[in-house]
Amino acid sequence: MTTSRPDRSVHLASWTGAWLATTAAAVFGPEFIWNSDELLTVLAVLLNVGAGIGMIVAYVRHLEAIDEMMRRIQLEAMAISLGVGIVGGIGYSLLDATNLIAFDAEIGHLVALFGLTYMAAILVGLKRRR
Amino acid sequence: MKNRLKVLRAERDWTQADLAHALDVSRQTVNAIETGKYDPSLPLAFKIARLFEMAIEDVFEPAPRSDA
Repeated sequence: MTTSRPDRSVHLASWTGAWLATTAAAVFGPEFIWNSDELLTVLAVLLNVGAGIGMIVAYVRHLEAIDEMMRRIQLEAMAISLGVGIVGGIGYSLLDATNLIAFDAEIGHLVALFGLTYMAAILVGLKRRR
Repeated sequence: MKNRLKVLRAERDWTQADLAHALDVSRQTVNAIETGKYDPSLPLAFKIARLFEMAIEDVFEPAPRSDA
């Protein structure tokens, strides 16, 4: 039996997929598809930002649609991810700035850290309340 | 916080899914409340009490104070 709450997860997944696809297009398109055409690159970036805004709105609506315990698990996971992202990001940046690591600090690594922390925190939150 | 949700639900022969539907929450949330792993918000606690036509303190019991 289901509740009367609308399921927004498909909506959120669609916007997330669109954002990922437009990110890939904006990163790889200039080199591999449209031969660095500036106008097409600007359009790709604008499309990426638009899809990102859509993803944020979809996420807010998803949060509004889930019940209070699930919302709490999501909010806890976001708080943990934000903390780990800030502390980890600053630490990583310091390692780069002080030349303690041989490579450049990449924003992609921070995004990956944020995503993995978020997923782990969601799983721990669900397990704690099972 | 302790509660009598499981007993009250069983008395009415409701499944967790039935109760979840009546309260407009997920079955996982009903299970977590029943097992004491999640304390509902005040609005949800009132909704539960109203559903069982009982006073809120007859459904929920605060945990004993640790400094007592």
